[in-house]
Amino acid sequence: MKVNVKYFGVIAELTGSQQDQFDFGGTSVSELKTVLEKRIPGLNSSSYQIAVNHVISNDDQVISLGDEIAILPPFAGG
Amino acid sequence: MRYARHIALSEVGKGGQQKLLNAKVLMIGAGGLGCPALQYLVAAGIGTIGIVDGDTIDESNLQRQILYTTADIGRRKVNVAKERLNALNPDVSITVYPEYLNPKNALEIIEKYGLVLDGTDNFATRYLVNDVCVKLGKPFVYGAIHKFEGQVSVFNFNGGPTYRCLFPDGPSKSQLPNCAEAGVLGVLPGVIGTFQAIEAIKMVLGIGVPLSGKLKLINLLANSEQIISFSRNEEQVSKAMEIDIADSYREEPCVVPESILPAELTNWLADKRSINILDVREAHETPKLNHQNVTFIPLGQIPSRAAEILTDKPLVVVCQHGIRSQHAIEFLKQHNFPHKLINLEGGMAAFDHHTSTI
Repeated sequence: MKVNVKYFGVIAELTGSQQDQFDFGGTSVSELKTVLEKRIPGLNSSSYQIAVNHVISNDDQVISLGDEIAILPPFAGG
Repeated sequence: MRYARHIALSEVGKGGQQKLLNAKVLMIGAGGLGCPALQYLVAAGIGTIGIVDGDTIDESNLQRQILYTTADIGRRKVNVAKERLNALNPDVSITVYPEYLNPKNALEIIEKYGLVLDGTDNFATRYLVNDVCVKLGKPFVYGAIHKFEGQVSVFNFNGGPTYRCLFPDGPSKSQLPNCAEAGVLGVLPGVIGTFQAIEAIKMVLGIGVPLSGKLKLINLLANSEQIISFSRNEEQVSKAMEIDIADSYREEPCVVPESILPAELTNWLADKRSINILDVREAHETPKLNHQNVTFIPLGQIPSRAAEILTDKPLVVVCQHGIRSQHAIEFLKQHNFPHKLINLEGGMAAFDHHTSTI
């Protein structure tokens, strides 16, 4: 299925864009993480959380067609 | 009548204004977030305010830290902030702590206040604020910024989630964009710090819906705003409760190292960390670094060609064994290079050895 992913903060700098759409063969957040870390150099050494439909999700969360996915790093600046 | 427009609100009234005057709020960090937040908290008549910051005012702060003027450069932030805020509202009692929040002073300072605003600029202090607030049962308002984007939330409020429930672990060191090196649109902390003040005032008054369990994301360029929900994670709360405060958070605020090892440079390059590189070897020396922002100027030509050196980011200086690069750093320091200068220890010889063995 096609998934739509939004990137924030330093993650958007790693990807060079604020959103992306690609074919995802898996069904869970943990599988999505594996795919993202292959697509985005530097992501595997980054701290981030995944929100599915505006809710921070754990690795077991199921991803369905049309879900809105956000990749959120913490910000340090003040 | 100073608070007439508050009292005219049925949600505030005389009783609400009295709650504000009785409140004790601590602002950690008197920088980009702290300046606007403090102005609104003081204007609103929060009766007792503490300000923690060990920094002095630098010219580069003035683009966003709106309590300070050009004449204040070099003075302590907390002292200037207190002067300005006393002039704004003499009803408010202000205590200043001219030091950085650290594991030694955090418990003693935070326990005196009912509510905390986190306006710090580094992850180590943010986890320290979280863990001390969780231990002491104090709610705190989180604000953080990155370039054009901001985050706001309320943590540890009435049994709600904490910072560690949202972000369990700090990022790896190589991922940290340092406050002094990352760019930020000056008005961004104005927006985010003001949202922190709104949340603090709502919590003191007990009105509206606090951002507890909710992370507000704001992107000024895209004009987008969204709210992400998250839940309390008891494991992360216990971690904060059990952590030994005195023995954690070793990272100093805002410190870029003076030198790095080849392995660290490898990570920085992989993470596309925001740096420039200056190679001070002669043209024939190899291997060359493959990086888009490398400038090649042999050590002997640096005085005459200094204008060619990129000055917009921290500068990693490299040579063959890490000795000439130190001389170049000394020269650039004496000539007021505007960013951090970082030596590659062992030079390109050590870097080459490292990359050929991984």
